[in-house]
Amino acid sequence: MKNKYSVFSLIKNALSYHENWQRAWKDPAPKKEYDAVIVGGGGHGLATAYYLAKKHNMNNIAVVEKGWIGGGNTGRNTTIIRSNYLWDASAGLYDHALKIWEGLSQELNYNVMFSQRGVMNLAHNLQDVRDLKRRTHANRLNGIDAVYLSTEEVKKFCPIINTSPDIRYPVLGGTLQRRAGTARHDAVAWGYARGADSMGVDIIQNCEVKGIKRNGDSVEGIETTKGFIKTKKVGVVAAGHSSVIANMAGLRLPLESKPLQALVSEPVKPIIDTVVMSNAVHAYVSQSDKGELVIGAGTDDYVSYTQKGSHQIVEGTLNAILELYPIFSRMRMLRQWGGIVDICPDASPILSKTSIKGLYFNCGWGTGGFKATPGSGDLFAHTIANDEPHKLNAAFNLNRFVSGDLVDEHGAAAVAH
Amino acid sequence: MFLINCPYCGERDQQEFKAGGEAHIERPKQPTELSDDEWAEYLFMRKNIKGVQFERWNHAHGCRKWFNMVRDTSNDEIKAIYKMGEKPPAQ
Repeated sequence: MKNKYSVFSLIKNALSYHENWQRAWKDPAPKKEYDAVIVGGGGHGLATAYYLAKKHNMNNIAVVEKGWIGGGNTGRNTTIIRSNYLWDASAGLYDHALKIWEGLSQELNYNVMFSQRGVMNLAHNLQDVRDLKRRTHANRLNGIDAVYLSTEEVKKFCPIINTSPDIRYPVLGGTLQRRAGTARHDAVAWGYARGADSMGVDIIQNCEVKGIKRNGDSVEGIETTKGFIKTKKVGVVAAGHSSVIANMAGLRLPLESKPLQALVSEPVKPIIDTVVMSNAVHAYVSQSDKGELVIGAGTDDYVSYTQKGSHQIVEGTLNAILELYPIFSRMRMLRQWGGIVDICPDASPILSKTSIKGLYFNCGWGTGGFKATPGSGDLFAHTIANDEPHKLNAAFNLNRFVSGDLVDEHGAAAVAH
Repeated sequence: MFLINCPYCGERDQQEFKAGGEAHIERPKQPTELSDDEWAEYLFMRKNIKGVQFERWNHAHGCRKWFNMVRDTSNDEIKAIYKMGEKPPAQ
């Protein structure tokens, strides 16, 4: 059993110069066989393992990760959490996650630094205004807090925004979800890893999946760089590399993997105490607790697995940021990076069984998966344990691309792709 | 970001081009006879290869012509470029 983190454990360990902290998770060698194996040790994969152990009593399970946990998109995103999606299915999915976020630090006994500082989405043209108003109404009908703000109210909520009518894309209004905000991305992976580990889950790092063994239409196990692991259930949570894993099982997915970039500035004193997203001009900005501006840029339009992305994408985002926030004109950017995001044609995720028995996919989160981490893990665990989707993820099945019952969130959900 | 050798204009910056996705996806000859599964395969399913992939590109801010490209998506290295209608090079 893990020692509980508390003010007392902090004092106790301070007295021994912090040299005796317990390991947060073990470093086991893989066993020969597990009841289920999760492929991918990011936030979603670790959360899946955590809820499989906690809610479905599946303790003989493993998470295999080709690098280190949380080293992929979990450690590369801009940590925005919100649930103001247009369609009912998406609202249900993302608000389920947001409700778990609200109690997550207590549940995990790990501070994920969830901060409900609000997320504001800006409108820059008349169509934006109509779309955002419509989404606000849809959100409220689904029990999700949302308000529409006038230009003056936007200025009042975030005074550093340039609301002059003379700029190229003037701010005509915006929406605000006050329950939305940010969290510490690494802590989410570490907290779930520690929680899953304490319930007996093996977290196996530096273990790349090389093949999926099938017997007819059923899964028999996975080939990895640490040998063959026998299992009847494989849950793939591999983000940008989902198609690569699917290919090993002879499946095709409706995904394209593209680089998505983000960047942070040098740290400065608190200047922006909320998250502001502007889809029309593509500028997302918030401020981390360290003081850096955290800026989300866009995706490139070509398939690439390079984790780099093109310079002009960053340039376009910074142009927009400078017009909206002239105060940032002399800020210097500290770091820039890319992550590989798997984008579905309808910009909604896939949390689904497949045509192969025992093989499940959780993918297609595209540019906005971080916010869903707890809900995604919970619902995917339900799907794997019961071999049936939960009602909240039933709409996000793989078959929707055959039936035509898409959850089209392109543009509609304040997502920018 | 990389340079692309347009078969009509020569070497230009990648930002002049628009990526058009996977190449050589054949349009159904008799659409009315396609099953839902076949439609899904044609419309949505993609190889999304990590490695050498065949794709279409358009010189959107140049001659506006379409052409094909063979590119390694793991390092963005362009292996070959050939015009529409030409046979893809053997890989």
